[in-house]
Parts: sequence; C-alpha cells; structure tokens
Amino acid sequence: MTRTEMTRTEMTREEMTRQEMTREEMREPKGIMSRAHKCGLAFFWLQAASVFAQSSHPYLSPTNIFAPASTPANSIFDLSLLVLEVTAAIFIVVFTLLVYAVVKFRKRGVDTGREPPQVYGSTELELAWTVIPILIVVTLFLAAARVIMSVQRAARPSNAIEVTVIGHQFWWEYRYPSLKVVTANELHIPVSDPVHPTPAFLTLLSADTDHSFWVPRLAGKTDLIPNHPNTMWVDPHETGLYLGQCAQYCGTQHAKMLLRVYVDSRADFDRWIQEQSQPAHTSDAASQGRHIFETTACINCHAVAGTVANGRFGPDLTHLMSRETIASGAVPNTLENLRQWIRDPGIMKPGCLMPSMQLSDQDVNALTAYLETLR
Amino acid sequence: MSTESIAWPAPQVADRPLVDKLHEWVTTVDHKRLGILYIVYALFFLVIGGIEATVIRIQLIRPHNDFVSPQVFNRMFTMHGTTMIFFVAMPIVFGFANYLVPLMIGARDMAFPRLNAFSFWMTAFGGLLLYFSMVGANGLYGAGNAPDVGWFAYAPLTSLAFSPGHSSDYWTLSLLVSGVGSIGTAINILATIVSMRCKGMTLAKMPLLAWLNLILAVLVILAVSPLTAAQIMLMVDRYLGGHFFDTQAGGSAVLWMHFFWVFGHPEVYILVIPAFAFASEIIPVFSRKAIFGYPVMVAATVCIAFISMSVWAHHMFTVGMSSNANTFFVLSTMIIAVPTGIKIFNWLATMWGGQVDFKTPMLFCVGFLFQFLIAGLTGIMLGAAPFDWQLGNSYFVVAHFHYVIVGGILFTLFGAFYYWFPKMSGKRYNEVLGKWHFWLFVIGFHLTFDFMHIPGILGMPRRIYTYEPGRGWDIWNLIVTAGVVFQAAGVLIFVYNLIWSYLRGEDAGNDPWDAWTLEWSTSSPPPAYNFATLPAVRSRRPLWDLKHPDDPDWKYE
Repeated sequence: MTRTEMTRTEMTREEMTRQEMTREEMREPKGIMSRAHKCGLAFFWLQAASVFAQSSHPYLSPTNIFAPASTPANSIFDLSLLVLEVTAAIFIVVFTLLVYAVVKFRKRGVDTGREPPQVYGSTELELAWTVIPILIVVTLFLAAARVIMSVQRAARPSNAIEVTVIGHQFWWEYRYPSLKVVTANELHIPVSDPVHPTPAFLTLLSADTDHSFWVPRLAGKTDLIPNHPNTMWVDPHETGLYLGQCAQYCGTQHAKMLLRVYVDSRADFDRWIQEQSQPAHTSDAASQGRHIFETTACINCHAVAGTVANGRFGPDLTHLMSRETIASGAVPNTLENLRQWIRDPGIMKPGCLMPSMQLSDQDVNALTAYLETLR
Repeated sequence: MSTESIAWPAPQVADRPLVDKLHEWVTTVDHKRLGILYIVYALFFLVIGGIEATVIRIQLIRPHNDFVSPQVFNRMFTMHGTTMIFFVAMPIVFGFANYLVPLMIGARDMAFPRLNAFSFWMTAFGGLLLYFSMVGANGLYGAGNAPDVGWFAYAPLTSLAFSPGHSSDYWTLSLLVSGVGSIGTAINILATIVSMRCKGMTLAKMPLLAWLNLILAVLVILAVSPLTAAQIMLMVDRYLGGHFFDTQAGGSAVLWMHFFWVFGHPEVYILVIPAFAFASEIIPVFSRKAIFGYPVMVAATVCIAFISMSVWAHHMFTVGMSSNANTFFVLSTMIIAVPTGIKIFNWLATMWGGQVDFKTPMLFCVGFLFQFLIAGLTGIMLGAAPFDWQLGNSYFVVAHFHYVIVGGILFTLFGAFYYWFPKMSGKRYNEVLGKWHFWLFVIGFHLTFDFMHIPGILGMPRRIYTYEPGRGWDIWNLIVTAGVVFQAAGVLIFVYNLIWSYLRGEDAGNDPWDAWTLEWSTSSPPPAYNFATLPAVRSRRPLWDLKHPDDPDWKYE
C-alpha cells in the first residue's frame, strides 16, 4: 500500500470535506468581493452570497452552488448574481410599495360611512408596469441565452478526457473508453488549467430509470435517461474531492446514490489510470475467498478483470480497494463495512438490488479477505 | 333593477331522519350542495396530505434519521403530492367555482346539474381509488402498498419492470377517473358562464371571479386532456404490450415528461387563477374601491392562460434539450412574469387610496400578495435555464412551488373561506380566532418555506429519504420541520372556528361585508334556486349601483 493510499483510506469523509473547505476558504471570498465592488445594486444578495463564502464553515456546505470551481458552474454563478440583483431590486420596490399601501391606507378611527373615491384604472400607469417588466425580462432572457450557448455549445478540445457515466439503481458506473478503464462510484478526472484546459466530457447513459448527475461546485445537473444519451462537461480548476448526488428520483435508494468526483493533479491522474488499467492483482493468500466469489452468484453481477467474473449489473470490483467508499458513497470502505455489506446489503441500504447471499460468517470473512486483495 | 329577492322558505329538513338527509346530499344536483361536497371532500384530504407532509418532515429533521423506512418515505411524498394537487387543490377550486359562479352571474344553477354531480362523484371515487391502493396494491419491492413513483411518475420507473404490483395502476386509474371528473366540471363551468348570465351581464360586466373561472375552465379542458391521454398510454404499456414509455423496447422516457408537463404547468395556473379570482373579489371590498384596471386584469389573465400552454418544458431544462429549445422556454417562461406583474400592481393600485380594513379575509389576501411576489421572483430565478441546472429538482424548487401553492393559493383559499363562510352557512365566523389562524399560519409558513430554499442552494436534492451529515443542511431542515407545528396549530384553529361558528355563530345577514356582487343580494345561505326573480344588472358592481343610486358605476364603465 502506498503512502497516499494509506492516508486516503484512513481519512474519514468528514475530514476530507473539511480539508476541501479550507482550500476553498482561501480562494472564494476574493472573487465574490471583487464582484461586490462592481455592482452596488444588489447589496443585500451579495451580503448573503458572501456569508455563504466567508462564514467559519467556509461556505456552509461542500455542495454549495455559490462556490463554483469549474467553468460551467462559474458561468451559472455569474448569471445567478445578475438574476439575484434584478429580482432583489424588484422585490425592494414592490415590497416597499406594498408596505406603504398597507400602512398608509389602513382604515382608521370611526366609520364615517363614506366610501373613498372610486378609481377604475389608469392607462398610463398600466402601460408603465407593462413596459418596464418587458425590458427587464428581455435583459434577463439575453443573459440566460448567452450562458446556455456558452455551456451547451462549448467546443470539445482534442485533449478532453472522455468518460461514459452510466446510472444504475443505485450506483454510478464510469467507463473511460479511450483509456480502457472501468470503475464505479468514484470518478477521477484531472485538474484543468484555465490556460490549457483539459475538460472532462461526460456521456450520460442510464441502465434502468432516470437519474441526474449533480456535483454543484462543478456544473449544473444533467439527467441520465435510458434511450436518451446526454452530454455535459466540467473543467475543475483545483484538485480535491467534489461531492454531489443523484438529483432525479430513481427508486427506493435514490437518497444513497452519492457522487464523489476526485480532481487529481495530472501526474496523480495518470498514475491512477495506470493502476486502474491493470488486471486484478492475484495472490494465493485469499484463494478460498476467490473460490467462493467465483462459484456463487457474485460473478453474475460483478466483474474482476482477468478472472472469470465479468458481470455488468453491479459495480466493477477489479480495484475495489482503491476506492474510499462502498455502496455508492454510503459508507467508508473499511473491512468491517465490507463484511457487513456482504452479509446483508439491505441493512446499510434497504431496497438496494444486491441480495444477501446467505453466506456463513466463515465464508464472509474469506470473501472479504479476497476482496481486500483487489487493489 | 331587481337584485332584491325573496328568500324561499327553507325546506323542512329538521325532523327528517338522518338517512334521508344523507340521501339528499348523495343524490343532490344542486350546485351549492355539490360545491360544499367538493370543499368538504378537499378539506378531508387536506388533513390527510398534511399528515403525510408531517411524516416527511419528521423523517428529515436530522441526517440519517430512521423514523420511517425509505419505502414508506417514498410513498409519503408520492401520496402527499398526488393528494394535494389532485384531491385537495383541484376539488377545492371546483367547489368554490360551483358554489359561486351561478350566484355571481345571477343564475339558478349550473348549465348541466347532472353532469355536475357525475363529475363530483368521479373526482371523489378517484381519491378513494388512490387510497384504496394502501390495501389493494404492492409497492416497488412487494413490501407494501401505496404508489411510490413520485407525483409526476416519470417513465420508466412506472413500467412493470421497475414498478411491479399494482400501486402504479392505482395511481394511473385514480388520475384517469378524477381527470374525467375535472373535464366534466370544466365543460360545465364554461357552458354556465357562456350561456346563463343574467340580463344585462355582458362579458365585460361579469365579476372578475366569473371571468377567471371561464379562463380556468378552458385551461382545464386543454391541460387535463393530455394527462388523461398519457394515463391511458401508460395503461396500454403496462397491460397491453405497448411501448410508448418502455425504454427497454425503444420507448421514450422524455415523451412522458412532455405529456406530463404540458398538463403540469398549466395545472399551476389552473390552481392559481382561482386564487387570483378570490383576491380580485376580496381586495376591492375590503379596500372599499372598485378593482383597478378591470379590462387589463382580464387581458392579463387571458395572456397568462395562453402563455402557460407554452412553458411546460421549463420543468425539463436538465433533460438535455437542445440549446435552442432551452432558450425558447426561457423566453416563454419569463414573459409570463409580465402579465403576472400587471396583476400584482393592479391589486396594489386597488388598495392605493382606499380604506383598507384588515378583517381576516383581507389579511390572507395581503399575505398572498407578499408571498406571491416572492414566489414569482424565485420563479424568475428558476426560469433562467442555467440557474435551473443548479436549482432544479433541489429543495429550492420544493420551496418555490410551495410558496406558490401554500403562500399564494392556500392563503387566498383561507381568505375565500372566511369571506364566503357567512354566505354559505348564514353565520359569522369568530374574527379573533381568524386572526390567530392567520398569524400562526404566517409564522409557520415562513419558518418552513423561507428556510427551505437554503438547503436547495446548498445542494440538497428533493425526494431523498435521508441525507449525509456534514453538508450544512441539518439546521435548515430542523427549522423547516419546526414550522410544521405552527401551521398545524393554525389549521386546527381554522377547522375549530368553522365548526364552532356554524353551530354557535351569530347570524350573518345577507350582506355582512357591504359588498357589491350578486351573491350578497340573496339570503344567507341562499335558497335552493338562488334568486326568486332573476336579477338584471347594468354594471360590474350591481349592489354598488343599488347602494349609491346617486353615483352608480354604469356611468363610468
């Protein structure tokens, strides 16, 4: 086990998240504050936005949409600031008028029995509050259209990383067709230098029902729909772990279909690809567990490259132990969790599609020992 | 001018056996009784849907909670959504339309009283069918019963492969059956308004409530038909070997989305147009002024109805439409803000210069104005497609549409209850309890739905039965759940107030609000045939003309 791997395995998710937050804290406020100087109009919303970015928990959440770290998320963030400013301005104007009307024209004192003057309308006023909103709408529409075009029609550079993302009930399959790598639940992509971008283009497919790929700091969500291939792209500007989860209801365990995107330095990414493209590590130590694995129904669903196991219904296990979590991000990948998961997956993830194989404790231990060799 | 009427002698029902009285209610074709049946039925389901919402909120009060299993949670949000939209909001809207439209246009009943009764019972049995699934169906994994595919039931989750058992069938059939009822009622409202207006009431002299219900009826006919078609297609898929939505045999999941949302978005306006209608009656009366810009109010509503038929795909910004399609739906969605804005400003202008009396109905309408403003602004945010790529399907959306449906529609509905309760029951409600209801509900509403936007911004998707700690969502979910207590207390006071006032309230008289439309000219409650002599009108406010013969409205219209 290399040093980095050891650290990773031992680090809990919360720790990693916290590490991420500290990194973000150093970067984000500057961006927001410089924008704040540019536009004084929506002071209120910018206050709110900078609270998100600056509070002691740096941005309140590792999945905050107002802490973008990739071009598509950034374009959306810029547009959202404009929309927030405009809507805040409208809110202030109308809210003030409403409060004024409520206070000023309140019925007071004794009822004189006289009705106030009856006004039936005013063409000038009504024209005004038709034309002004039209102008606002056109402005917002043009701004939105620009972002739509810039995100949806972005050119795909030749050095882009191609990944096919396949949604399953209730886990993620990642295939790197040109790099001959198949993995599950933890997506690795290289960091993209804004000057020489190496974006990752994701082809989104589904094996069963609708899902949605949403890592808020990297990009907006795009659905994975059977028979309806979609694409999206991200170009993360900083290394680290980015979290998200399935955002389209897909069945019982929709809630535990978590997304983990590891943005690696180019060297780390190349090393990771190199490791992942190897066939499974074989060792004699766990031959009993391997025998159990290959002679029970495990191989109907799971693949381990270089062995007889080539099922595709469940996650590829060739390099299972290189992943920090199991059950699509639901629990850390520890031996105890693996053992419990194999014994009865329904305890950790009720409604997941992997059945309990009714193995004896001895067999579970042997199987776990075998899985532990899949690095 | 003969708006005065002789109250018909009340039928001697007091000494009849209970069975006879129930029989009368079951076999009635009277628009007022059917209206009340609709409303009572909807209130019953409001309580059921509220209990489901409470279960959802208790489960989400903290991360990794296990108050209910994932399967039960999924059924709860599916049933909550389906119940609230199809068996609370729609029937309550139809109930008020049934009760008020004939009275306000000076008619003795709806155009087709028997169709009216048929439509009500279809809707009623639709709701019962949905809840019968609790004993008659199996869920996704055979473990239970009620539908668990979400209230918009996206394909292919509803196909036999992913939803074995019969829960999805109950969902489909109940919507199919109640959809037939909705279309029947809509045809009835349309025919009534077109052909049964009293003498002198040209289209331009109808009360706004009648106008808005006319537009509503057209929208229901246009929008519910594709939904009904889609339900039939789904049944064909499930049982007759069809492949419309069967993705494993080349069908299209996106097709279902189009069918559903081409119903689903106009549906929002089907629900909100009656809210506009109530506000347009209540705000003028409690401001003591005529509605500001009547022709523009009508035109704006017609615009909203037209445009609402062309915005459906803004529910689908994340399904991978082309950039051109996305751009089109941004434009159509944002344009709808213009007529909506006009309406808000016109209500504001109606209050301007008036003597605003904050009785309970008016309080709820002012609450509506504030909240509908915010709901519209978050709607603009969601309408900007790229912003929606982040916010769509998150708790921000959940907060947004609850702001519309609770903050907008339910608030005006409460206002309408208090406003027309004296007419329907003949009794005054308790004003102090009404204000308690309002303030508790305002506090609860804002605790729940203001703070619900934040977890959405922080990346929390909807429809998850639990969530991970460390995402910054915990505190917000706790606050959101806390608001439930206040809302529930408010609703309990409301129900208590209605029952207590019905039994013990003082007599309301014909016209407790000194109002101007025809329903206030007849007795409270109105006699079986509403008007002994059919009224004739010369302006939009016939009772104003009657009360101010020196300065009648018809001189200015």
